[in-house]
Amino acid sequence: MAALAQVLLHDVHSLTRGERELIATYVSSLNDCVYCQTAHGALAACHLDGDEELVRKVKSDYEQAEISEKLKALLAIAGKVQQGGKQVLPADVERARRSGATDLEIHDAVLIAAAFCMYNRYVDGLATWAPEGLDGYRERAKVVARDGYLRAPLGIPVPNEGEK
Amino acid sequence: MMPATLWEGLPMPHIALSEGLPGILGPMIYRPETAAPLNELVDVLLRGDSTLTRGERELIATYVSSQNDCHFCLSIHGAVAAHHLGGNERLVSDVKTDFAQAGISAKLKALLAIAGHVQRGGRHVTAEDIEAARRQGATDLEIHDTVLIAAAFCMFNRYVDGLATWAPANQSDYREPAARLAEYGYSATTEGIAAAVSAGAGD
Repeated sequence: MAALAQVLLHDVHSLTRGERELIATYVSSLNDCVYCQTAHGALAACHLDGDEELVRKVKSDYEQAEISEKLKALLAIAGKVQQGGKQVLPADVERARRSGATDLEIHDAVLIAAAFCMYNRYVDGLATWAPEGLDGYRERAKVVARDGYLRAPLGIPVPNEGEK
Repeated sequence: MMPATLWEGLPMPHIALSEGLPGILGPMIYRPETAAPLNELVDVLLRGDSTLTRGERELIATYVSSQNDCHFCLSIHGAVAAHHLGGNERLVSDVKTDFAQAGISAKLKALLAIAGHVQRGGRHVTAEDIEAARRQGATDLEIHDTVLIAAAFCMFNRYVDGLATWAPANQSDYREPAARLAEYGYSATTEGIAAAVSAGAGD
């Protein structure tokens, strides 16, 4: 589980860490998962010079947010994946290509969105506790932003917590 | 083998993937860095040591995949489930269409109910669902793994369909791959296919 997040969100990539965390945050907000959207929103802000307002804007209305056309197109794909894989249409992919998205970026946008449909269900399906107050998330975000997901596991309070 | 003409006019995957690889294989060969943790996850969840049998866990995966209408996933995992259940494809079909009436344990029915709620969304799992499973003897670990299998397949189904991969239409096409998966597991099978694809693409 952490290894997947590490590759998708932290490892070197043509999409910045901030962009990828924004995709994760957006999908988590569509899935109404408080813990994930807050944790990844804090991480996105961390990678974007602390711009929490941008993160909020992306969640509420990304088409109007100050982000690239490419990221808007990838967020559109991610939003479709959240509804269901078959909702992603050739026109959605075309829009992403026209804005410069590569095959790899399209692949990863789909997989990040799909993965967060897993993480969100895991967290909420076991009714885990989400801390209130943003300070804790901001502090954790600095550690994860610096060290990644393998050295700083998320510490979700679930029974029999494993390393996957 | 299906005649080539039947594939004409079928939509292509959204990105360029190796030809002839069904479902998740194309994306996994394309992106081995993400394939590795995905296969590790499914090997642990569906094949690792558990008080739930492999057949039971594959049934949970198949049921969720059918709820998500993902043809490739429900077919391959349905075939693996049948393999683990002595070839009982009818039982797999019954679980997909109406698990409450299928010839499975009350515990598995309660776990499938949880899986079905996870498929809709994590918050759809209620305390009553958990209580019902515990009354049938489900342990915390079994409940945890059911939730995670269901959640994971909500990922796999979206990955496979989100990239518009193709999948063989007939259930019979999945029996042999399923037997291989049941014997060697997901990581080893995928690595074997990746090696064959590389060898074929090489000199």
